[in-house]
Amino acid sequence: MKSLFRLTAVELKLYLREPMAAFFTLLYAPMLLFLFGFIYGNEPTPFFGNRGFIDSQLPAYMALIIVTVGLMSVPISTAEDRERGILKRFHSTPASPAIYLFANIFTYYIMSLMGVTLLFLVGRFIYHAQFEGNIFSILAGFTICALSFFSFGYMIASLAPTARTAQIIGMVIAFPMMFLSGAAMPIEVLGDKVTNISKYLPLTYVVRLMKGLWVGNSWAGHWLNLIVILGLLVAGAIISTLTFKWE
Amino acid sequence: MSEAIVEVKNLCKSYRKIKAVDDISFKIYKGEIFGLVGPNGAGKTTAIECIEGLRKPDSGSLKVMDLNPTSNGRTLRNSIGIQLQESQLPARLKVWEAISLFSSFYKKNIESTPLLKELGLEEKKSSYFDKISGGQKQRLFIALALLNDPDLIFLDELTTGLDPQARRVTWNLIIDIRKRGKTIFLTTHFMEEAERLCDRVAIMDHGKIMALDTPQNLIRNISMETRLIFNITGSFELDTLKTIESISKYEKSGDNIIVHGHDKRMVKDTVNFLVNNNIDFHDLKTEQATLEDVFLTLTGKEIRN
Repeated sequence: MKSLFRLTAVELKLYLREPMAAFFTLLYAPMLLFLFGFIYGNEPTPFFGNRGFIDSQLPAYMALIIVTVGLMSVPISTAEDRERGILKRFHSTPASPAIYLFANIFTYYIMSLMGVTLLFLVGRFIYHAQFEGNIFSILAGFTICALSFFSFGYMIASLAPTARTAQIIGMVIAFPMMFLSGAAMPIEVLGDKVTNISKYLPLTYVVRLMKGLWVGNSWAGHWLNLIVILGLLVAGAIISTLTFKWE
Repeated sequence: MSEAIVEVKNLCKSYRKIKAVDDISFKIYKGEIFGLVGPNGAGKTTAIECIEGLRKPDSGSLKVMDLNPTSNGRTLRNSIGIQLQESQLPARLKVWEAISLFSSFYKKNIESTPLLKELGLEEKKSSYFDKISGGQKQRLFIALALLNDPDLIFLDELTTGLDPQARRVTWNLIIDIRKRGKTIFLTTHFMEEAERLCDRVAIMDHGKIMALDTPQNLIRNISMETRLIFNITGSFELDTLKTIESISKYEKSGDNIIVHGHDKRMVKDTVNFLVNNNIDFHDLKTEQATLEDVFLTLTGKEIRN
């Protein structure tokens, strides 16, 4: 227990000491909010169902945080820890491998949660974004989506032979998905072609779930989103467990 | 001999078709510094990692501190110390954080402040791992291997990549650790290191142990010739050396005259000859076989990659 606690503390510190990771997790989404808030404001329009741009897009930026942490931070730092022999060094102590995994997942979760909280506060207090949902419900949705994408990230880390390839695979999957799923740009402005493509991207289902829970939808209308997200969680967990290497 | 702390019997480990470790057997006794030496790729790291329980052997039996490292690896690692070849820590992890983190992995801990002081890391306590020198990194890894006060310590290629000063500092640390009654199992490809530190040395090549003995016995047994080198003022007829029976070969190289002989009497005979004939010699020195000669004799001299 002591080792889990210390490793988690260390991993959190290391995360914050990595300026790129900290920027993308904590500041990138609020920055987008400022940027588009400056351009579009938050006046309600029929285009966003009588909501403003910020009201509508803020929950999609939560998905953006989830995908950056899941497909960039997780695979890159895990593969790097392996490549530099750090995993093997941990493995040569009596500590259980589960400790490394829990401490890291917890760190990624806390960091994404901080990013989402910051995003929420900026939206709420600067743009008076309307939140029509239930805080526990959206927190639960966020948790499931985050774990699902972390699991996707571990799968990439397990399958990629080097840190460099893990980074490339993560980016090649993450960047187009960010723009085609409605996470970075509202799906409403992207047109039918993109909407069709988006059906094949797991991030789309995260965007849909987060947006739905944000406006107060019940979970009942989101079973498809939930199945896709949980499916990814299970698939990622199984594949990484079977293929993960310590060195 | 005291009690065996490590027992390796017929250990084999292959990667695909390459036999990295090919049927090796040896014992390590309590309190000794045991060295596994050999060229790069000889199978030293594979062997040591099987013994540490980090790799699963294909066959053979292993007993380390009365445990089977393959099935009881984590229990075993509570009472041993490991320094890995080419391992690193996160770049932005501070020295004290590494110590505190790794301490938490073990049931038993020693005081870290005196340890850091002894290893000369006290001033670097708050430095990031990537900001300390190679020698300091290696000393930090020694610290991590000592945190749980282990009786048996594994050091894999500890001094590779260190400059001569840092290497000597590290050697003294190893000698100090042994003085506290610890057993040390090290691998190295520096013969000088093995000769200086090890009580017994196993020479390994192509996955096999070619020889195992004390460095002194290994040197004695290869029956290397002794060389005597000296200079002479004035003229000297080289071929007069022919009369000395114990000389097997003589030659002139620049100003140096080099005589070779397998017989122990060669040095005495040659010096007597020079003195008796009033030959004015100077800068006389003898060269004897070192562990490196033993190593080269056993493993061949061709260049490999």
